[in-house]
Amino acid sequence: MPFDVYLNVAVAGVLTGLVYGLMALGLSVIFGVVRVVNFAHGEMMSMAMYIAVVLFSSFHLDPLVMLVPIAAVMFVFGYALQSGLINPFITRPEHSQFLLVVALAIIIVNALLIIFGPDAQTVQTSYAYDSFAWGALIVDATKLYAGAAAIVVAAALFAFFRFSLIGKAIRACADNYTGALVVGLNVNRLYALTFGIGAACVGAAGTMMTLITDVTPALGPGYTLLAFVIVITGGLGSMPGALLGGVLIGLTEAMAGLLFTPSAKSMFSFAILVLVLLLRPQGLLGRRVA
Amino acid sequence: MNNTYMLTNRRHLLAGAAATAATVAAPAILRAQGGPLKVGVILPRSGYEAGIGQDCQRGVDIAPGVLKALGMPELTIINGDTESNVDTAREHAEKLINDGAQLLIGAFDSGQTTAVAQVAEQKGIPLVINVASAPEITEQGYKFVVRNFPTVQMLLSDELDSQKEVFEIAGAAPKTAVFMHVNDLFGTGMSKGLHGMMPKYNLPYTIVDEISYDPAARDLSVEVTKAKATNAEIMLVVGRLNDAMLLTREMIKQRWTPQAILSMGPGWYENQYTKTLAKMSDGPISLVPWYDPNKKLSQMLEAALAKAYPDFNLNTNHVYTFEALLVAADAYKRAGSADPKALAEALHATNITENATIGPGIKFDAKGQNTGVKCGAIQNRGGKQVTIAPKQAANAKLEWPMKPYQDRA
Repeated sequence: MPFDVYLNVAVAGVLTGLVYGLMALGLSVIFGVVRVVNFAHGEMMSMAMYIAVVLFSSFHLDPLVMLVPIAAVMFVFGYALQSGLINPFITRPEHSQFLLVVALAIIIVNALLIIFGPDAQTVQTSYAYDSFAWGALIVDATKLYAGAAAIVVAAALFAFFRFSLIGKAIRACADNYTGALVVGLNVNRLYALTFGIGAACVGAAGTMMTLITDVTPALGPGYTLLAFVIVITGGLGSMPGALLGGVLIGLTEAMAGLLFTPSAKSMFSFAILVLVLLLRPQGLLGRRVA
Repeated sequence: MNNTYMLTNRRHLLAGAAATAATVAAPAILRAQGGPLKVGVILPRSGYEAGIGQDCQRGVDIAPGVLKALGMPELTIINGDTESNVDTAREHAEKLINDGAQLLIGAFDSGQTTAVAQVAEQKGIPLVINVASAPEITEQGYKFVVRNFPTVQMLLSDELDSQKEVFEIAGAAPKTAVFMHVNDLFGTGMSKGLHGMMPKYNLPYTIVDEISYDPAARDLSVEVTKAKATNAEIMLVVGRLNDAMLLTREMIKQRWTPQAILSMGPGWYENQYTKTLAKMSDGPISLVPWYDPNKKLSQMLEAALAKAYPDFNLNTNHVYTFEALLVAADAYKRAGSADPKALAEALHATNITENATIGPGIKFDAKGQNTGVKCGAIQNRGGKQVTIAPKQAANAKLEWPMKPYQDRA
């Protein structure tokens, strides 16, 4: 096959991987600080996708424009969820937390099914079919915009955690819970804030994902699984790891589909996961726990 | 007490008993003579096939008025949901029968229909299959199951015949084809059948690449890149709605329009496809079981659907589900009874010539299969489907080659 075929597929894989990475970033942030594994992550992304679809179909509001408002809505949802429902379970056994969030995931999927029905819903922007051509390289416009937005949001998140006072306080909670309490940080509020930030990430990712794919209520569980594969590959609790994992998985799926068979794409993603677990269990950029 | 008094009492007692017996038996007598037949319609109304199941339901919804106009007896419909799952299909079929269903119709999916057929045969309740192509369903020697839909072999054979007819109409002989299909039971079955039957049909093209993909895929960009790289003149595809939409969008973005897209399955003619993609949906040819637009019953169904669901075009799901109800009503009328054995015999004796689907009519062989049902070639045009072949069912001319996506404003 000509070289440009490989190049086109690789570029598409990287751009899609960036959006996957943003989605997984939210999961990594939540686990890294709150130590709750959010098994409703993909379902929350579906919620954000449906919000984008409704805003577009009712008011013709472009998802690129609605990225920040939808992320804000999901932030409020995540904040309320953590402080109202999840917080009491933080000190309970892990299986209780697991059952709680899995139940939440099931409720979300079925609520979306009742409200929106089973048919796929889509956002048909004016640039939905556009692509950019540079010589033999053809790049899907929607994937380019989504990938670029993912980079901007991830950069904003990194800057928040590195330079802002609240971001530093959140990192302190993650590093040393007892120490954070001792210095007088309101840990419960910071946990709720973190969960909200994680939900905002997944909201941004979901908004961008509507440019790339249609949404159905059944989409959530698949994305939850994908988020876990990415986060474990990149390193649980590592934000750069989540982005790197997303790009790696996106690229792997794309190239595996081209070089082998498209129907075995997922097989290669899981193969990477198994290799990472065997050779570097803390993930590519995760810290080894003593 | 004298004997006359005792005789009178005995007469009263006997008269009262007779009246009571008549009252108790009356509903059964009425049912046997003309009360509505209770029909359990079992479809995938939830789960991943919910959209299709709900589309089939539209065929049920428009049936009462049309059946009445045809002079058919009334049917009482009881709905069942397979939840797109084989085990649930079995359970809910049993539930429908326990709830009083005297005949079943369903179930779209071959796996689920197989399970429902087993239940129907065990319980001795007739099943009229609306849509399901697995050949083994009517190879079991079932006495209570009939199917008014082609098997996989019939589908393939008709589809290959339709391809030849389309090439003849187009005056084209494409040399290369890329074959894309879902990698589930439906897609792999069609692939196997196609490779087995193609040598007998002397088609002009060679399949230069075969690309299978996950039916639940969210992104088919790699698949389309591979297909485009083959430089094939035409694209053959076996898939469903979700992948039809994904493939089309990717073909537009990657600036690739083959001379023709020949679909041997659902998806490319469905309402959501034409509604979502608008003018980008024009052009693909579907080789599928379809209705004959020139038949009177088809026109009645089109009018009924336009009234009930103005945003929907009449399609395979609606028509075949309606015809299953027509078969049920016709059998009930001839049997004059809701007795399962009588109904089953009447079903096997069905001979409906004034139907809607392409073919000579509805008649079942000894195995319960309608061997006369035929596929047609339809093409998307202006948000609707026009019939290109067979000749007797055609209502429009073929557009070949497809207009390039980049040239559609």
